[in-house]
Amino acid sequence: MTVGLFIPCYVNQFYPRAAIATLQLLQKLRVDIVYPPKQTCCGQPMANAGFENLTAGCNELFIDNFSRFDYIVAPSASCVLHVKDHLHSEKNEEQAGMIRKKIFELVEFLTDILKVDKLDAVFPHKVGIHHSCHGLRGLHLAQMSELNAPPFSKPQYLLSMVKGLEQVTLDRPDECCGFGGSFCIAEEAVSVKMGKDRVTDHSKNGAEYITSSDLSCLMHLEGILHRNKSSVKVVHIAEILNATI
Amino acid sequence: MKQSHNKNHAALAEDFIKDDDHVNWHDGALWYIREKRDIASKQIPEWEALRETASKIKDNVISNLHEYLLQFEANLKKNGIKVYWAADAGEHNAIVYSILREKGIKEMVKSKSMLTEECNLNEYLEERGIEVINSDLGEYIQQIDNEPPSHIVLPCIHKRKEEIGELFHEHLGTEKGLCDPTLLTRVARKHLRNIFLSRRAALTGVNFAVAETGEYVVCTNEGNADMGAHLSEVQIASMGLEKLIPKKMHLAIFLRLLARSATGQPITIYSSHYKKPREGQEMHLILVDAGRTRQLGRPEFRDSLKCIKCGACMNTCPVYRKSGGLSYHNTISGPIGAILAPNLDMKKHADLPYASTLCGSCSNVCPVKINIHEQLYAWRQVIAKEGYAGNAKALSMKAMAWTLSSPGNFAKAGKAGRWFLSNLPFVVNNKFNPWYKQREMPDGSQDSFSEWYNKNNENGKKK
Repeated sequence: MTVGLFIPCYVNQFYPRAAIATLQLLQKLRVDIVYPPKQTCCGQPMANAGFENLTAGCNELFIDNFSRFDYIVAPSASCVLHVKDHLHSEKNEEQAGMIRKKIFELVEFLTDILKVDKLDAVFPHKVGIHHSCHGLRGLHLAQMSELNAPPFSKPQYLLSMVKGLEQVTLDRPDECCGFGGSFCIAEEAVSVKMGKDRVTDHSKNGAEYITSSDLSCLMHLEGILHRNKSSVKVVHIAEILNATI
Repeated sequence: MKQSHNKNHAALAEDFIKDDDHVNWHDGALWYIREKRDIASKQIPEWEALRETASKIKDNVISNLHEYLLQFEANLKKNGIKVYWAADAGEHNAIVYSILREKGIKEMVKSKSMLTEECNLNEYLEERGIEVINSDLGEYIQQIDNEPPSHIVLPCIHKRKEEIGELFHEHLGTEKGLCDPTLLTRVARKHLRNIFLSRRAALTGVNFAVAETGEYVVCTNEGNADMGAHLSEVQIASMGLEKLIPKKMHLAIFLRLLARSATGQPITIYSSHYKKPREGQEMHLILVDAGRTRQLGRPEFRDSLKCIKCGACMNTCPVYRKSGGLSYHNTISGPIGAILAPNLDMKKHADLPYASTLCGSCSNVCPVKINIHEQLYAWRQVIAKEGYAGNAKALSMKAMAWTLSSPGNFAKAGKAGRWFLSNLPFVVNNKFNPWYKQREMPDGSQDSFSEWYNKNNENGKKK
């Protein structure tokens, strides 16, 4: 089994430590993982703004980079969901269709494909989970509070294997943080208000860290935390699962 | 009527957010209703099956609308109800006016009807010398404040009791400073009671119209639809074409879903069935298109016509809760309004599909399972294609696509975030950048992952 590592453009640039943690964690779990160097972006920034018609270039490049792998894994639920829902190709729709089926977000790859049941990670802190909407309602990484259906949570399951980690209970466990791609600029006031309210939920319930399987949410929340000189930190879930003392 | 022209959702929302205490209260009030909805829906084991069934019934309705409408019309006539067809708001208003004029009626009482708000019926009739009083308490409050409703179920949810006390002081002569909800409600009740007793005509909306029997059902908590209808000699109902259900037994599905989704109640206090005029009474029913058949012809958006107007998508939407219904500058606000409005006027409402993070909570609470967030995404594609997304956005998206489409272009764009810092809007470090206004930039100073990878790995193998 050979796995292609997809590191979304902004993660590559701003959160290399999360990308490194993803790579190292998968290597620790004896996954044969390859990082194709010519990758850029999944095309979501254009598509979500209404310009899906401009994403053909990104789509073809994605297919060139990743069609040869058995699985594709990325530490970003949002980008994975975009590929799953919207990757198409005029030249090679068959390959596009296969990629849509074999791309996985890191957490679901660990729980559903590798079926991880123990980890050597240590992270002695109080942690609040921020469910990204694309991870939660798009990829179903956990049960959604709106539905009358049995609860489960893949990130919670993985974090329960981490020594010393204490999970914090939130008042609104699956409320959106307000990042929303270009929404964070076009609707700045609402976006920031939503982010501030999420941060408050975590801090008042005692979280030292906010973690998520999406760095776009965390980038937005971190911007608010830093501006307000908060001691609460953000950390990608891969960094926790890869953490040792 | 007070209306904010020329401002888009983002600007109106920014105004709303300035009062932090008020926004927190508004957000909390609506979240409380969302929680009540969660509790109510989780008490029914078959909840998800009910939603699925309701969605399928509505699928059937909108796929066979023509037949059901004709069946409904025939049964209405059999029951002695006069039927009218209105292509648009103008025709609808003219029909109401002609009915009232024929009877020499100058005053009408109206229970909640979003359709007549959509048609601006009150203004139309007032210009022709006919006074209309809204009898739903929330709508009445909005009417005396000369403001449209901000929510389809809770029309004045954006107002605090102190503001309502002030309005009552001004319009109904209550003591200044009186803001106790019970006392204010008693004053309104007494005032409206006199209206009900003296009005010869009453107009209601329609929640469900039963094709099989030619009856219609109006759901209220205040009993105001009944008060108006029972005391009037002329009863008028206005309904959108999509309000049909095939059979009376289907009410067992929809009535269980409606109030639980709307407010967390098992059922509305009144579910009033209207079928035949009393002796000496006239009943009229107006079937209104007003863009609905156009929406029916849009494959990606036709499911929006399944909506039963419960408002659950508004209560759950974090953008709605923090920006208020009036920021949507459309009669139907919130997520459902944002997928209905572009059909009415794409240019005017081009901002609404963007007033969402696409979080998807709306689709999950929807009792008829409309894929609201997917339709928001689809509307964005249509709006951009039609050229309503703005030239600046179109240009920057083209530049971004060019760079990201090719590893060569991407590499040329420069290392260490130079391209990101000048192209991704949220990382330009100046006060004109909306990201930076209330957020710090992410740190772009370290080596990127690809640079680290090149240093630490050779041919994909660890050194």
